[in-house]
Amino acid sequence: MKFEESPIFAIFERLGSKAIGTLEKLGRSSLFLMRIFCGVFELLRRSGLLIVQLYSVGVLTFLLIAISGLFVGMVLGLQGYTILSDFGAEQTLGVMVAASLVRELGPVVSALLFAGRAGSALTAEIGIMIVTEQLSGMEMMAVDPIKRIIAPRFFAGLISMPLLAAIFSMIGVLGGYFVGVGLLGVDEGAFWSQMQAGLDFREDILNGVIKSVVFGCVVTWIAVFEGYDTVPTSEGVSRATTRTVVHSAFAILALDFVLTALMFGNL
Amino acid sequence: MLHSKSVAFFVGLFVFVGICALFFLAMQVSNLSSFNDRESYHLIAKFENIGGLKVRSPITVSGVRIGRISNISYDKNNYEAIVEMRIDAEYDTFPTDTSASIFTAGLLGEQYISLNVGSEDEFLAPGDELELNQSALVLEEIIGKFLFSRAEERASP
Repeated sequence: MKFEESPIFAIFERLGSKAIGTLEKLGRSSLFLMRIFCGVFELLRRSGLLIVQLYSVGVLTFLLIAISGLFVGMVLGLQGYTILSDFGAEQTLGVMVAASLVRELGPVVSALLFAGRAGSALTAEIGIMIVTEQLSGMEMMAVDPIKRIIAPRFFAGLISMPLLAAIFSMIGVLGGYFVGVGLLGVDEGAFWSQMQAGLDFREDILNGVIKSVVFGCVVTWIAVFEGYDTVPTSEGVSRATTRTVVHSAFAILALDFVLTALMFGNL
Repeated sequence: MLHSKSVAFFVGLFVFVGICALFFLAMQVSNLSSFNDRESYHLIAKFENIGGLKVRSPITVSGVRIGRISNISYDKNNYEAIVEMRIDAEYDTFPTDTSASIFTAGLLGEQYISLNVGSEDEFLAPGDELELNQSALVLEEIIGKFLFSRAEERASP
């Protein structure tokens, strides 16, 4: 039996082709991202394209983010109160709610919701443009589809994400305030003053914003690339949409660990 | 699709609310409103033991916060901790024999430096060093001393 036909060869061959395929995709997506960034000057002249995309990416996600933020904040207030009151430390409820929202939950949960709401929509939209050969048609007319179609969507996601995360955190804090101070009777002054004493602008707020910018970049990058890379069949579009949500979730959670370790940890 | 003007309106509203949220987080949630890059000057104090003191811990006089700790380092020659304090420039009238003590807010709260104003006529200049500093009280040491004294009482009736 020749070595090429042995099962060991087959295993390594499959592994190797997977690895090469992954690397190839990474390379293509990096070049793709570079071409998107090259489209930024074109985009400045045509801000109308960006505004339309900000509407469909940002404004339409707003309600989802606001309602989720409210409930996450209220749950944090309730859960935090039950545990903190065991130690007689319910005054620190404000710090707990605000720190967990601003540092972690705000950027991460809003990025996950954003991937599910806006990311999947972007992939499906661009994927169907590929299937119906609209992008090839644009190329025929000497219009660069990356500058015209992809770049506005990418930058809309990049701009929307930190704003959405900030809105999520703000509404979450207000939800925690409503439950903690309004319903459970935590002292209002202690709630806010402990929060202000416990949270630092650079350490907490700015790092949260940086996180959400990174997540916004990664999620929209994955979304537009998966759309652009779609196998032009109806099944291809559905797979690409699924991949966007799954890969975004992985990327967000893994990057969150890395960023948290860099920002807050002493690893 | 909506009319393009109302699209622009909603986008404007969205961006406005987002920026308001950031502003809210900065002012109401974090300490930016009390954080100032105003004029300030440095003083140095050396301690045998700083306990749980951290960078950005508050510095108070008579319970009023007048600055924050900007840096903590260790002097390997004298085996002491060096604490750099950044104090607001308006509070520049501390006598040269002012001393610093490390206290704890509450039983288990965060630690801070309290300055005890002295009585000399001359004032501390920026970069000066405080002498006569009182180290942090370490709870275990106090408990240890207490137990020792109880044991001695028992031993010598």
